[in-house]
Amino acid sequence: MAEPRTIGSFHGGLHLDDHKALSTGRPIETAPLPPRLILPLQQHIGQPAEPLVQLGDTVRKGQMIARAVDYVSAPLHAPTSGRVIEIGPRPIPHPSGLSDTCIVIEPDGLDTWDALPEPISDHIHADPADLRERIRWAGIVGLGGAVFPTAVKVNTSGRQPIDTLVINAAECEPYISCDDLLMREHAADLLDGIAIIRHLVGAGECLIGIEDNKPEAAEALRRAIADRDDSPGEVVVVPTRYPSGGEKQLIQLLTGREVPSQDLPAAIGVLCQNVATAVAVADAVLRSRPMIERIVTVTGQGVQRPGNFRVALGTPAAFLVEQAGGYREPVGQLVQGGPMMGFGLHTDQVSVTKATNCLLAASPAEAPAPEAERPCIRCGACADVCPALLLPQQLYWNARAHDFDKVQDYHLFDCIECGCCAYVCPAHIPLVHYYRFAKTEIWAQERDRERSDLARRRHEARLTRLERLEQERKARLRQKKEALEKKTGDGKADPKKAAIEAAMQRVAAKKAALQAQSGNPGSE
Amino acid sequence: MGEYSVVIAAIVTIAGLATLFGLILGYSAIRFRVEGDPIADQIDALLPQTQCGQCSFAGCRPYAEAIATGTAEINRCPPGGEATMIALAELLGRDPVALEDEAAAEKPKAVAYIVEEECIGCTLCIQACPVDAIMGSAKQMHTVLTEECTGCELCLPPCPVECIHMQPLQATPQTWKWPFPKAPDQEATHG
Repeated sequence: MAEPRTIGSFHGGLHLDDHKALSTGRPIETAPLPPRLILPLQQHIGQPAEPLVQLGDTVRKGQMIARAVDYVSAPLHAPTSGRVIEIGPRPIPHPSGLSDTCIVIEPDGLDTWDALPEPISDHIHADPADLRERIRWAGIVGLGGAVFPTAVKVNTSGRQPIDTLVINAAECEPYISCDDLLMREHAADLLDGIAIIRHLVGAGECLIGIEDNKPEAAEALRRAIADRDDSPGEVVVVPTRYPSGGEKQLIQLLTGREVPSQDLPAAIGVLCQNVATAVAVADAVLRSRPMIERIVTVTGQGVQRPGNFRVALGTPAAFLVEQAGGYREPVGQLVQGGPMMGFGLHTDQVSVTKATNCLLAASPAEAPAPEAERPCIRCGACADVCPALLLPQQLYWNARAHDFDKVQDYHLFDCIECGCCAYVCPAHIPLVHYYRFAKTEIWAQERDRERSDLARRRHEARLTRLERLEQERKARLRQKKEALEKKTGDGKADPKKAAIEAAMQRVAAKKAALQAQSGNPGSE
Repeated sequence: MGEYSVVIAAIVTIAGLATLFGLILGYSAIRFRVEGDPIADQIDALLPQTQCGQCSFAGCRPYAEAIATGTAEINRCPPGGEATMIALAELLGRDPVALEDEAAAEKPKAVAYIVEEECIGCTLCIQACPVDAIMGSAKQMHTVLTEECTGCELCLPPCPVECIHMQPLQATPQTWKWPFPKAPDQEATHG
């Protein structure tokens, strides 16, 4: 037996009631198809996908209905066969509550698969580029919640070689249990996915970080590893402490290495993937399955029958809550994600997207109305719990003062918005809200700067063009004038001058004749 | 005699040093000459580049040059608003000045929109647009390239049929900003 691995630690963090038992009682259920699937074109970080279908088109299950338009983008596939009945704005799950373009599919109930590419069964000898292309085709994004395109993340060429693959199985946020159940039921698929990603990035070792409140999942993984002879990874149990599932925090826990400020784990030779992402990779490579469904935890005191569901992307939240027995009144708020990092949905008509790991129907007791904000007493509790080692107070003061340069000096963009600081704040200051405000303001300023640079370039280009046109006009005029002068110089002017000269000669001759006449009479 | 030689030595030394430094300064003035006006460039970089002329100058660059030479105040840019004025004050080490009446009323960002059914294709707006954001030609309807439009409104007055309107830019999920959290006193009044 190998020595038990020494676990590192990260600064701060909290021990929270996990409330996971609420939804782990039953195995994963497959939710039926809803009457309509609503698929936003942007379910990932990067450029929105571009529709490949038109209104009225029939689509088959797994058919690509929108393509990735940029390197950082992801395509979208039809979760079932049916007909496209709408392409237009619909409310999307977003903290703003705004609408965005969605493709709406009416399932035909047949669930007919489209022609799919050949599975890559010999993945250990496959070309990494082919594997990446397959992951890109499948539209896989980080399913832990960040939804960054996985094909981009695993393309680590050009940087330091990856020595360690970290599988994020921590699932540290309360209430959420979709990864837990996935590991209990699909441990073998997870290990397949790990083997593929390891081969893809050339990682020598793989550490699966899991919190100690999920012993069943850890045991299932250990058994599955023992069943294989390629030892794809090592299960490392870490203490339950929020936010151990933060990418940088988990890497620090497992490897003792710290990811530099505002840099990626690849900078220290680590790649981190969520368990559901790894399973999706296995599905795409070994079974040619695009990303058309995911496991969603439906939980909270506000729902009758909490549990985990295998859900077709695009399923409306309201329909999914019905599958969980419907609401149990009173419901305080419907949250997408967990209580710490999730956001309240404005309506339950929004659909499950690639980012939806949990729908939390919180009772008023679970999600009490925020208490009135009081002035900061500078107690420093926020700095004690900050896992990113920031100074939340300074971030708060500067964000409040709209001093966006200063707030960046205090490394605002290293903030992972875990919510620990706001949770412990005795003055009930919504600290994370201030940080999000500052971040979106800074992004808006950057967009404005880009726009004004573009306007400056276009304005200068216009001025140069106008000047060039003016000079060309002048040059043309000058040419015309010169041409005219030339003509008058050797053509028309000659006879005139000659005429004048002839006339003058005639006058002079007359004068001379006259003089000669007047001189003669005197001599006569 | 000895006393005078000291005075002469001092005069010669000072004169020599003066000549030397003069030469160094003269040389560096040529060698390290900066083309253009770097201050005006920095000011220009802060201005919003709408080229709208609301500052009474013929665009952002002329206004920047006027500020650099000290002939214009820093509070005459309505599209930039207070943020630009404060940025300029910080750059130039001047005191912030309250915006002029017209500039103080900050308008939401908007872009021009041409009602194509009403457009007669006169090209007057195309000639007025400082950033070439209007497409079209004589007797063909025109349209605005929304991505390039700065919202300067310079195309509105020349239009003989008044078919150009300003449309406020709607927030999308990509451009949406988290609102400023409610201040404590506001919360208290809300109960």
